[in-house]
Amino acid sequence: MTFKLAASPHSHQRRTTQQVMRWVYLALIPGLLTLIYFFGWGVIWQLGLAITTAWVAEAICMALRGRPIGFAWRDHTALVTAILLAISIPGLAPWWLIVIGTAFSIVIVKHVYGGVGQNIFNPAMAGYVVLLISFPVQMTSWPLPAPLSQFDLSFIDSAVLIFTGYTPNGFDLEQLRMGADGMTMATPLDSLRTALNHQLTMGEALQQPIFGSLAGIGWQWINLAFLLGGLVLLKVRVISWHIPTGMLLGLAIPAAIAWLFSPDQSVSPVMQLFSGATMLGAFFIATDPVTAATSNRGRLYFGLLIGFLVFVIRTWGGYPDAVAFAVLLANMTVPVIDKYTQPVAYGHGERS
Amino acid sequence: MSYKEITWQGLWENNPALVQLLGLCPLLAVTATVTNALGLGFATLLVLVGSNITVSLVREWVPKEIRIPVFVMVIATFVTVIQLLMNAYVYGLYQSLGIFIPLIVTNCAIIGRAEAFASKNPWRRSAFDGLMMGLGFTLVLMVLGGIREIIGNGTLFDGAELLLGDWAAALRIELFAVDYPLLLAILPPGAFIAMGFIIAIKNSIDHYREQRAAKPAKEVTRARVTAQ
Repeated sequence: MTFKLAASPHSHQRRTTQQVMRWVYLALIPGLLTLIYFFGWGVIWQLGLAITTAWVAEAICMALRGRPIGFAWRDHTALVTAILLAISIPGLAPWWLIVIGTAFSIVIVKHVYGGVGQNIFNPAMAGYVVLLISFPVQMTSWPLPAPLSQFDLSFIDSAVLIFTGYTPNGFDLEQLRMGADGMTMATPLDSLRTALNHQLTMGEALQQPIFGSLAGIGWQWINLAFLLGGLVLLKVRVISWHIPTGMLLGLAIPAAIAWLFSPDQSVSPVMQLFSGATMLGAFFIATDPVTAATSNRGRLYFGLLIGFLVFVIRTWGGYPDAVAFAVLLANMTVPVIDKYTQPVAYGHGERS
Repeated sequence: MSYKEITWQGLWENNPALVQLLGLCPLLAVTATVTNALGLGFATLLVLVGSNITVSLVREWVPKEIRIPVFVMVIATFVTVIQLLMNAYVYGLYQSLGIFIPLIVTNCAIIGRAEAFASKNPWRRSAFDGLMMGLGFTLVLMVLGGIREIIGNGTLFDGAELLLGDWAAALRIELFAVDYPLLLAILPPGAFIAMGFIIAIKNSIDHYREQRAAKPAKEVTRARVTAQ
């Protein structure tokens, strides 16, 4: 009998990048649908703009670098970057916002560093941070979730608003964001921060109409939908459990400690977990295989660090949500994490 | 070193901002507009020429061991002179540059030239070297300021009257109207990104020139090196 000798690696990952990316955007669908339900058709237009920009930018970059364009299009990573960025920004933001952000993500964050697999920072989140720093007003103008809004924009109305700044009826975004009482409402995390800064207790802050049974109206369902999509990704083993678990624990533990000590002045852990971009960040953004840590132990630390940073920035930082900043800061630590969590090869190390 | 060589070194080959990467702090902090860039570049240029001449003149009498403190004192004197002059004559610009005028003292490009060139060369050449290094620095500042001002605000030479007098208000060019300035370009991160691109362009030009200048392989002539 003959022994067949096969070269390493001995275990195979049969999925191509394209298949992995396809799973990622399939798993985003439940979150996307709830997002459209609560924040209107604008989300679809933002998606279209983002994907178009990403493809054009990718083609231009590949042409400049003298590489085959089709190759970059086929791996679908630009598509996922575009989708993540499009669902991170307010649905009715002006069209140039998403175009600038996506172009920055693809050209500067991805291709200047050498294209797929070479980037240090998560492209979608770097683009998001560029937009948030450059255009803070547009980036925090979230429309009201559908149950609170007094306007119902059609598909075409949303497009007219995104491209011209006014709906066909002459309303601008600021007017659309007003509730029935004529007051503009901020996102749940933003309202909490403002309320706490005004010396209100948590109980008083939660009286505002934007809060539902679990977290903010709309936002809780969106986060649950992203959680569902994330669990699907876990189930089909596109991502491992280490980063999401790490991030959620890293956020929930300090939040729980703060909440137990002073429930009146701190945001409850449940609210932290189901508000803003927590679930999207934990399952879809932090798990980017390129910019996250490599080993399983490293991934756990990486996730914990992101969660903890989210808590710190949400509590004491200058911006209402923190996932993007936390992910970028953690991206910087990845080389160090990788260095100290490198697994010991079989037969080496102390116990051998 | 010939004057031509000094010019080439200062403006391109050994440019303080693009190649030596010295003085990045003011470079990145104040180049939000062309006017600020020009003001700071001009101030640095004057300090550089003055300190180079002085250091070169006293180089025979400064003991090697304490040369750095002496150079710093000379530079600090010139910076103080420039600061007082700017305070007196271009007050608006003085205010918009703020702390970065006194901080010229810590600009490594200046002490670097004192140490590397002026302390070893006669004063005329040192003065010329200061002029060329200062011009190289100023040009990079202006290019960077121009890029950031165009991307951030869509204008050029905004506020030039602060530096050049009232007639210069006519210099202001509005390339396109922006409703919302792109803050990233105006804030320091934009300066880092733009600077990276400028350095990359400079390197690719050098690369291209090298490739063109690459002569056909020389005939190898072997010399006998072993002694008999």
